[in-house]
Amino acid sequence: MSEVAALPNGWQLIVGLEVHVELATKTKMFSASANRFGDEPNTNIDPVTLGLPGALPVLNKHAIELAMRIGLALNCKVQPCTFHRKNYFYPDLPKAFQITQYDHPLNVDGHLMLPGDVRIGIERAHLEEDTGKSTHFGGASGRIHGSDYSLIDFNRAGVPLVEIVSRPDIRTSEQARQYVAELRSILLAVGASDAKMEEGSMRCDVNVSVHKPGTPFGTRCEIKNVNSIRSVGRAIDYESRRQVDLIESGGTIRQETRHWDDSTGRTETLRTKEDADDYRYFLEPDLVPLVPDQSWIDAVRAALPILPAARRQALAELCGVDKDGESAIVVVERGQDDYVREVISAGGDARRAVIYVQQAFAEQGASPKVSAKDLAALTVLERDSKVTSTQAKTLLTDLIEAGGGDVAAMATKRGFEALDTSAVEAMVDAAIAAEAGAWQKYCNGEEKALGALVGAIMKSSKGKADGKVITALLQAKRP
Amino acid sequence: MQKLVEIASGVSGGTLSASEVVEEYLKRISARESEIHAFNLVTADQARHDAGKIDNDVKAGKKVGALAGVPIALKDNMCTRGVETTCSSKILQGWKPPYDATVVTKLRNAGAVIVGKTNLDEFAMGSSTENSAFGPTRNPHDISRVPGGSSGGSAAAVAAGFAAASLGSDTGGSIRQPAALCGVVGVKPTYGTVSRYGLVAFASSLDQIGPFASDVRDAATLLETISGHDPMDSTSIPQPALSLVSVLDQGVKGMRIGRVTDLPEGCEPDVLERLEAAFDALRSAGATIVDVKLPSLQYCLTAYYLIAPAEASSNLARYDGVRYGNRVDAADLNSMYAATREAGFGEEVKRRIMLGTYALSAGYFDAYYGKALKVRRLISDDFARAYQSVDTILTPTSPSVAFKFGSKTDNPLAMYLCDVFTIPTNLAGHPAMSVPFGVGADSMPVGIQVLASTLGEQVMFKVAAELERAS
Repeated sequence: MSEVAALPNGWQLIVGLEVHVELATKTKMFSASANRFGDEPNTNIDPVTLGLPGALPVLNKHAIELAMRIGLALNCKVQPCTFHRKNYFYPDLPKAFQITQYDHPLNVDGHLMLPGDVRIGIERAHLEEDTGKSTHFGGASGRIHGSDYSLIDFNRAGVPLVEIVSRPDIRTSEQARQYVAELRSILLAVGASDAKMEEGSMRCDVNVSVHKPGTPFGTRCEIKNVNSIRSVGRAIDYESRRQVDLIESGGTIRQETRHWDDSTGRTETLRTKEDADDYRYFLEPDLVPLVPDQSWIDAVRAALPILPAARRQALAELCGVDKDGESAIVVVERGQDDYVREVISAGGDARRAVIYVQQAFAEQGASPKVSAKDLAALTVLERDSKVTSTQAKTLLTDLIEAGGGDVAAMATKRGFEALDTSAVEAMVDAAIAAEAGAWQKYCNGEEKALGALVGAIMKSSKGKADGKVITALLQAKRP
Repeated sequence: MQKLVEIASGVSGGTLSASEVVEEYLKRISARESEIHAFNLVTADQARHDAGKIDNDVKAGKKVGALAGVPIALKDNMCTRGVETTCSSKILQGWKPPYDATVVTKLRNAGAVIVGKTNLDEFAMGSSTENSAFGPTRNPHDISRVPGGSSGGSAAAVAAGFAAASLGSDTGGSIRQPAALCGVVGVKPTYGTVSRYGLVAFASSLDQIGPFASDVRDAATLLETISGHDPMDSTSIPQPALSLVSVLDQGVKGMRIGRVTDLPEGCEPDVLERLEAAFDALRSAGATIVDVKLPSLQYCLTAYYLIAPAEASSNLARYDGVRYGNRVDAADLNSMYAATREAGFGEEVKRRIMLGTYALSAGYFDAYYGKALKVRRLISDDFARAYQSVDTILTPTSPSVAFKFGSKTDNPLAMYLCDVFTIPTNLAGHPAMSVPFGVGADSMPVGIQVLASTLGEQVMFKVAAELERAS
């Protein structure tokens, strides 16, 4: 994958990400209206949400706690903080300012680790409120300019957000994808957000620039509307190539905000720096400083679950797989690592357990219907060569369909009763006699001939003989 | 005219009918309101209905509140559920809030009867009510003169006997200055004492609701009712309601009263004469007068006219024609914003929005808003030093008695100087109140301002009560 992102002529990609996540609170950041996605438009509203004259914000304690969980999970320092007003006019911003954190955010100076022990710095993770959602009708672009009319849903207005700002430590589009995926799994693990990019509860703005190593970073462009992990990679690949091409053809990069169009696979100018609003930040006078006391911070830290990276590490060590490999990643992401542990406790084969769960339990969730004992029994059947790996796969499907059961009985029902080694040995001897040509070739060192012999024996056993056992016997018999 | 406390005790004791009280006040309103224009809206039907309900409750033996049957007027920047709340601005004309301000809920729970919404300078920006989009309020003592502002309607309503008491809001003097000019008592409590929830914001870090009444005891009673912690206002101080009435008769013996030796210039001699008389009265009552210096006082007006407009520019940005209030349609979004705000806001509001936007802009923030915040800290430090040697400070409330209509409208700076004595307490978040203390030029009322430190309301009210006894 990283080959795709590699830039020509020694150009180096520099990426920083700003990720917004909606917090999984019951109510909004500053009022008692429900924080719930998918309700009838403009039903979760109140004077505070609508910014009615006289309404005042009151901080949601649970939102602060979830933001602290994010900060602590990202190794940030949690500190006393303040809220500011970010002033700009837009119809879906009811007060014409957003309450956000500016020079004193809640969480600062953290980091997140990517595969290969790549460390990505986290500059800050601050609290703010979401805006309403505008939908523009008429016109071609789906944007407000040129539209006939617009509708606004204020259900989203005032939903608590945490904005997680990385340092510009990302060097490839693959790392950017890994960063977003890892961040997402952390958010899910600590219960801070449902982090659904397709529903907008997790949104990425990508800052991209290019430079030659040893020279200062280039001018960056911020890309908005990047709505999936795949788009993060595509947008970075496109944008970095665009910047390199522009510079190499004698142009200069303007600092601007660009819009990612997923259908065309291109970015285009949304607004330039000159058009940018002066947000006139100042301290929000309707709120007081937030000073989380140390005992609260300690309690939140103590209640944090074991994070995905540590869980992958532990699972990898237990099962003898790579901590950055697919099975560790997938099983931990699905929250099935405890289940794998149970399978092993029930006497199961560790490596087979994690791979079975990775390959066959995508729909099973964190508490699969198949009991740990039953899956353990299956891994043992295969490990002890009572069934072949092909048969084991069939039995695994049976087991999932039945929601568990006696695996040995299922094997018998399928006619998968095990052939003992002496029976296989008889078949091997028969095959050596029947396929004398192939055997001779194999004895002369032609390894390819082995395949034909194994195939013949498998066929005569009707799939009941284990390929590995056959191979071992043939190797032993070779002079 | 009956005092608030007499009405409340009469109604709850069954010796006075709330309905009859309200009729008497409504009669006075209809006799003189066309001349005074204290109200944007008189809620006569609702008032009659509410008074009838209180009488029924009393007859039925139900417990009624501390303000049972008391006719109260509300400045028209406090939200009243289903009742038009305009801030005397065209941009909010016709807007009916879907909720009651916390003070309104507290008044209703106490059995008060709201008789109407009073006129103000648009969005509370002004010192004469001449900035109301619906025409000025006239001073009941002389209708050729202003009642002060911005809570001019609330002050005039009490002075004219249209209500037994009223509520105003004070950002830089908007309760105390009109109280002085109309000859009534007006109180700006400690910031955070009275909930701002439902008060339409002008400058959030300075705004505070407070009472107008015809005497100190009524003002104390009303303030007790509306004060206390409100979880809906994050800046509300977590403490119970103030206790004030019990201290009113305690006198000032042994108290140290501050006289500011570096008071800004520009105060009229008739007003300064009354201030000296006030010091004499307190001295006679056993207090000591102590000189104090407040060197940062001279910068307060400038700092205020950066901080208040800065916050206002942000608070008033929501009036964009999108969700409520008036909209002037135009070709595109930005043109609609511009046309709506051009038509909806008056000159003074526009002036302050522009001042405030400028003060907060990139490249100017540090020189203007940032500096103003430093002055705010300096004046707080000055006060802290002064209150080490005194219990309260006395100043004039307004540099002059009520002035004639139009005499300052062409000169915004002259108008801003009306608040020179009142602004410092807002910057510090302290309490201050104005008490009538005789008359000055043309027999117009003069108010003396009593200042105290944070949550020093009790000492402040003791001094105010003493001045009232001496006047």
